[in-house]
Amino acid sequence: MIQFTLWDIVSHLLIGMGWTVGLSFAAFILGSTAGMVMLFARISPNPLLRQLAKIYIEFFQGTPLLMQLFLLFFGLALMGIDISALATALIGLTLFTSAYLAEIWRGCVESLPFGQWEASASLAMNRWQQMRYVIIPQAVRISLPPTVGFSVQVVKGTAVTSIIGFMEITKTGTMIANATFKPMLVYGLVAIGYFLICFPLSAFARRVERRSYATYMR
Amino acid sequence: MQLICVDELHKSFGDLEVLKGVSFSVKEGEVVAIIGRSGSGKSTLLRVLNGLESFGDGIVNIDGKRVSGLKADLIPLRLKVGMVFQQFNLFPHLTAGENVMLAPKVVKKESREHVTELAMEMLERVGLADKFNAYPDQLSGGQQQRVAIARALAMRPKVLLCDEITSALDPELVDEVLEVVQRLAADGMTLIMVTHEMRFAREVGDTLIFMHQGKVHEMGAPEELFTRPQTPELASFVKSVL
Ligand SMILES: Nc1ncnc2c1ncn2[C@@H]1O[C@H](COP(=O)(O)OP(=O)(O)O)[C@@H](O)[C@H]1O
Ligand SMILES: [Mg+2]
Repeated sequence: MIQFTLWDIVSHLLIGMGWTVGLSFAAFILGSTAGMVMLFARISPNPLLRQLAKIYIEFFQGTPLLMQLFLLFFGLALMGIDISALATALIGLTLFTSAYLAEIWRGCVESLPFGQWEASASLAMNRWQQMRYVIIPQAVRISLPPTVGFSVQVVKGTAVTSIIGFMEITKTGTMIANATFKPMLVYGLVAIGYFLICFPLSAFARRVERRSYATYMR
Repeated sequence: MQLICVDELHKSFGDLEVLKGVSFSVKEGEVVAIIGRSGSGKSTLLRVLNGLESFGDGIVNIDGKRVSGLKADLIPLRLKVGMVFQQFNLFPHLTAGENVMLAPKVVKKESREHVTELAMEMLERVGLADKFNAYPDQLSGGQQQRVAIARALAMRPKVLLCDEITSALDPELVDEVLEVVQRLAADGMTLIMVTHEMRFAREVGDTLIFMHQGKVHEMGAPEELFTRPQTPELASFVKSVL
């Protein structure tokens, strides 16, 4: 039997943590992009588009992330598509993130006074110009705190991908715990790892929240 | 020449008929004041002229073009018809200057230098050249409304619609806005103003329209209507507001 020193444990966990950060970051970036597309569909004047976006969002908000990953993982395998745990995790988290962000952002867009739409329309702006120059810049400001806040959920969501075998920090921790019989130590370290990622994010979210109160109307 | 021709205009919200056959016309350079009780359809009428509301039966002609209700015709219509709202509706994330520049820049694709000059000129016209870099929340209500007027003027509309543009203002701020409108009128701008300022309607308006229950109830020279109302409805309205 191999002997694990504390440093062995920590260094393996650090590698897993790197994957957690990388996966979170990639899922957040891709999810934001897809989320922007979903937002436009969700508030489109076209009722069919709106309905499709609504179903998409409700599916991802209404089912556990774990279920979504299973469906993706086994569904793709059934279709004969061979895909790595990383790719599955990334696709799953991206879809999950896009649905939540689209809904968060929709709330921000709809919280703007209707007069902003009317004033820009009366100036002969088309819908795209209204969004681009009037609505989105204001919505972005109010969406910053909840968006940063949601990024914490994405980080925690990556833990679920351990189930399909992706070697992020939780999966790494599980394997080390099984090998060393020191679950409390290992999972304690894993928890600290998550905290180190999430705490700065939530602190940042609180700061932008305070700041956006200060410049509330601008 | 007739700039605006409205004939038997009808408009309903669901089962509620709000405009019940409105007809009137407006000449170039004419200043029309619209008065009437709350709920008589004044705002709805203005919003139809600007394409913010669709309408049912009737014909609306603006600058020789029939308003169709087709989406593709909305932009050309709004290029001719500017609007100022009761609640100002300035864009809070932009400075006064940027508020004025935005539409000429992105809609008309005018050059940066040109729109900067244009915005300066328009803000000067409303007496706010020194507020070019101020944000709306740094301006008083009266100043915000004047920026909103400058913003609409920067699109060089053929007619400017004003929907109770002084109703949200503190009393001491009303006059500075009315003075701006009065200057516009003197410069020959075609104006349609829904207003509660009777003195203004009487002195600045060329034509007065009294709306009552979704119809043009009386229309004519303001002085004439105020001194010799032909219907008991206008008579009692005039009495209630004077
Ligand atoms: N979007 C709307 N939906 C339903 N009813 C409306 C709407 N807008 C206005 N109305 C109704 O139409 C009538 C006329 O309103 P409006 O044109 O705002 O009158 P005014 O400006 O003369 O006070 C009112 O009874 C009002 O409740
Ligand atoms: Mg009104």
